[in-house]
Amino acid sequence: MDPQEYQQIEQKITPPTPYFKNALKAFLVGGIICTIGQAITYLYIIFFDFTDKTAGNATVATMVFIAMVLTGLGLYRKLGAFAGAGSAVPVTGFGNAVVSAAIEGRTEGWVLGVGSNMFKLAGSVILFGVGSAFFIALIKLILVSMGVVEW
Amino acid sequence: MLFFSFLIAFIVGGLICVVGQLIMDVGKLTPGHTLAILVVAGAVLDGLGLYEPLIDFAGAGATIPITSFGNSLTHGALVEAEKHGWVGVLTGMFEVTSSGISAAIVFGFIAALIFKPKGKAN
Repeated sequence: MDPQEYQQIEQKITPPTPYFKNALKAFLVGGIICTIGQAITYLYIIFFDFTDKTAGNATVATMVFIAMVLTGLGLYRKLGAFAGAGSAVPVTGFGNAVVSAAIEGRTEGWVLGVGSNMFKLAGSVILFGVGSAFFIALIKLILVSMGVVEW
Repeated sequence: MLFFSFLIAFIVGGLICVVGQLIMDVGKLTPGHTLAILVVAGAVLDGLGLYEPLIDFAGAGATIPITSFGNSLTHGALVEAEKHGWVGVLTGMFEVTSSGISAAIVFGFIAALIFKPKGKAN
């Protein structure tokens, strides 16, 4: 069987991706997680004297805490199977990636297991975030010093 | 007014997740690649000065998705770069966005103390 033939057969057998259904599920779950985040933001502003700007950080930390509990109980994996990007894209997905890698790492010990594996999945997000932030800030700095744009 | 802010957070946050889902389904990319793309997108949007207005508009709908991580990294770098020049790019980067990473490390450690591995990815 040549590769082309194989690809055709493979395409025939694989069920078509339900684009719309997946998108809808991601929309609903992602939207709900962000709405919960909005509620937590208000709680911090009303009860703990945070401002609009500073409440964001506290909210993110709280959401990561919620992700930890759900991950430990094995519930976040179930949510992820249903929601796809809806549970992966919010910061809870980042928390889930770190927490699940940390828990799994225990089988290899605290230093080489938990310590080394913690950012196994989430590390790429940090690399590409920091990398792109570095180059964008650099480009803007150069453009400002040339007088093309202002801060 | 309160209801609308929840509605806008729901819609904007949901739409960002739909973008992620489409990158995964249509672009046939892994979740890891998708998240990397979204983080870079958030950083680029802040470089263009577009992400802060989105946060003002959508609140948690813009701060909870991972795009906000790219945004706050860039934002911290830009603010410090304005004050201190070249060095500021490095010193400012984690100024705004420390909470997500420190929370993930602390809670990841606590979770490893409390929960037992189940053999499958949690």
